[in-house]
Amino acid sequence: MKSKNLIKFLLATFFVFLSTQSFAKTIKWSMQGDSLTLDPHAQNEGPTTMVSRQVYEALVTRGLDMSIGPQLATDWKTTNPTTWVFNLRKDVKFSDGTSMTSEDVVFSILRAQQPTSDFKEYISTVTSVKALDEYTVEIQTRDPNPILLNQLSNIFVMSRKWCHENFAIVPQNWDAGQETFSATNSMGTGPFKITLREPNTKTVFKKNTKWWGNVEHNLTQIQLLPIKNAATRVAALLSGEIDIVTDAPVQDLARIKSSAEHKVESTPQMRTIFLGMDQAADKLRSGNTGDNPFKKKEVRQAFYQAIDIEAIKKKVMRGLSEPAGIITFPGVTGYTKELDKRLPYDVNAAKQLLADAGYPNGFDIELRCPNDRYVNDEAICTAVVGMLGKIGINVNLFAQTKSKHFKELKDDQGDFYMLGWGVPTLDSHYVFHYLYESGASWNKVNFSDPEVDAAIRVMEGEVDLDKRNAAIAKAWKIVRDNIAYLPLHHQVISWASKKKVNVPIRPNNEPLFRFSSIN
Amino acid sequence: MDSQKLTLFNRIKDSDIYFSFIKSPTAIVSAIILIIIFFCSFFVEFVTPYNPFDPSSLSLMDAFTPPSWTEDGLAKFILGTDGQGRDMLSTILYGSRISLIVGFSAIIFSLILGVSLGLTAGYFGGKYEMIVMRLTDVQLTVPSILMALLVDGIARGIISREMHDEMAIYVLIFAIGISEWPQFARVSRAATLVEKNKDYVSASTIIGVSNILIMFKHILPNIMRPVLVIGTIGLALAILAESTLSFLGVGVPPTTPSLGTLIRLGNDFLFSGEWWITFFPAIFLVILAFSINLLGDWMRDTLNPKLN
Repeated sequence: MKSKNLIKFLLATFFVFLSTQSFAKTIKWSMQGDSLTLDPHAQNEGPTTMVSRQVYEALVTRGLDMSIGPQLATDWKTTNPTTWVFNLRKDVKFSDGTSMTSEDVVFSILRAQQPTSDFKEYISTVTSVKALDEYTVEIQTRDPNPILLNQLSNIFVMSRKWCHENFAIVPQNWDAGQETFSATNSMGTGPFKITLREPNTKTVFKKNTKWWGNVEHNLTQIQLLPIKNAATRVAALLSGEIDIVTDAPVQDLARIKSSAEHKVESTPQMRTIFLGMDQAADKLRSGNTGDNPFKKKEVRQAFYQAIDIEAIKKKVMRGLSEPAGIITFPGVTGYTKELDKRLPYDVNAAKQLLADAGYPNGFDIELRCPNDRYVNDEAICTAVVGMLGKIGINVNLFAQTKSKHFKELKDDQGDFYMLGWGVPTLDSHYVFHYLYESGASWNKVNFSDPEVDAAIRVMEGEVDLDKRNAAIAKAWKIVRDNIAYLPLHHQVISWASKKKVNVPIRPNNEPLFRFSSIN
Repeated sequence: MDSQKLTLFNRIKDSDIYFSFIKSPTAIVSAIILIIIFFCSFFVEFVTPYNPFDPSSLSLMDAFTPPSWTEDGLAKFILGTDGQGRDMLSTILYGSRISLIVGFSAIIFSLILGVSLGLTAGYFGGKYEMIVMRLTDVQLTVPSILMALLVDGIARGIISREMHDEMAIYVLIFAIGISEWPQFARVSRAATLVEKNKDYVSASTIIGVSNILIMFKHILPNIMRPVLVIGTIGLALAILAESTLSFLGVGVPPTTPSLGTLIRLGNDFLFSGEWWITFFPAIFLVILAFSINLLGDWMRDTLNPKLN
């Protein structure tokens, strides 16, 4: 009798073991940096949004093909040019089991408009938002807004109750280094929920069983394990410790491809890498001239023409980049091939420009760089240091981790810095609103031009597409002629994964694990 | 003048050390290797045509050129180039100069600190000796790399970032030196304890020679043998410590790389088949440390009276 029980017990354990083995599907995901914060409104930064996107949802969203479709809203209509009415899904539950209602949507949009939010520029044209009934939301905009849906696709909806209970009514003040509950915890309506968060080490996402959507993935768990060092990341992938790397180092693609168990996919990314030069400060913080050479356009142009972008493309990016003339890429409203042409690489012209500007012997400057954000970011900066050295500019490179880099940039500490910009709304307005408008939050070159500001207002409120496009074209021409920034290239991203892992690659570099599977 | 030189030469030639040196092939080989390395490192401007520390002289298009004997290699870059187009051979030699300067300075720093503390402790004894020796015990319980990391971390905290790159090399010297001194203190104290009871010390004391003079003029030369042996082996350790710290990214900045920094930078390219960027600095470091160790071993065997 006893031995029978024992056999039963053993069989039971065996089956439990077997079933957990076959059902527990975990994707181990790695990239060089981590999400900066779990608060979905605190930092408008690629990897941060990548993580939020798995947990939180918005009224509308971009699918695998990057087209806008319904998510928390089922349908919407404009009752007049400045009034939008959204009907919400009625079966949406947060991962704690409470239902999502229009109250939560209204709360979230207002939350994303708070001063500490980094997403307020997305919805700066929204003048009022109110709940008409439990599942209907009305949004008013200042002017007719042709890109409201694009903008709303990045405003994540949080639970009003959860935020109130956890002192997270306003977004975390990331720039000031504030720590809040919402920065280390998350609670959304998305297909996954975060059960463990160790910043820069490990983040565990578990399948949200209360998710409203049609489950197309077969995952039970995702683990995000950031590995900063490129070689270590590749070694972890090749040894099987990691399943997918969403920023495979360009120099290692051939090695990964040669492995029978791995695959590499590449796509042009919706991100442009550029250098910023502070043109407003009276005196550079790191300069040695006592004034600000960047105030002169000749100096900015000299920097521009001293950079051999083809060499960077060939040697640093191994061919996986597209030299850029403006900070936007094909597919964005307002992009043209003509605008994207670069000034020619010409060291002698650059030297002449410097001499004309009154700096024949160059000057000292500090270049600030992230070292764990963009593809080969530090290597690009090192190359730039050498190229500027050829025209007599003594550049001191200061590369550091992205969280510090971004924080210090926002704190106005950079004279000359690297930044990359994606355009989630696929409209030029987004670029101008963040990077070029006078006093904009990421306009750290302090560029200011009344004509550009006026054109931005037109982009926000003009429904006549021809007039709107004319305004965009004009604004691009002004900033391009002014050399407000020094564009480098459009990034190409490569994802490397095990062959049995299927995560569709997307040009905004955001994995959507709800469409992923593991065999 | 000539005859003086001659007698000095004869004295060296007749000494035990010279005899033992020419009888030891390993010592000769390692000494020759070291002389070549030292010469090339310290006169690197005359040895190589490139200055890898001058960013304006580099061309990015030269980057990732393999060593000259391989298919795509260029004759002007014998050991190939790194990711910034720097000639590997010159970069290694410039780098080894930094490694050697840091290593030597650190070991001299810890030698002076350790010997003066050990010597005075052994000579005076009492509470002072107890305090010094307990200090060495405490110091020995902290691994030297940890100690160096700690010093570097504190230095980063108190020195402004702009200054830090310039100060990095001094911080490194201090960090490594401070973690190596207990060896010297212990050895010199032990030797002093033996020496101070000898007749010549008593004689000096009786005729009223001051303590300082006795310690540094009479005892010090007699305890230098073991100290030098430790110093030689310590030099290899200091160079390795410098490379380890630079490999961990807390050493000298990448714009003026030492051997450890070079190995770290090259590490990123290991998988992509650009092996030479990390291999040559690494093998160079191995040869350097190995030669110093062999020479140190030979010195220990020769200078140790017990083995004779």
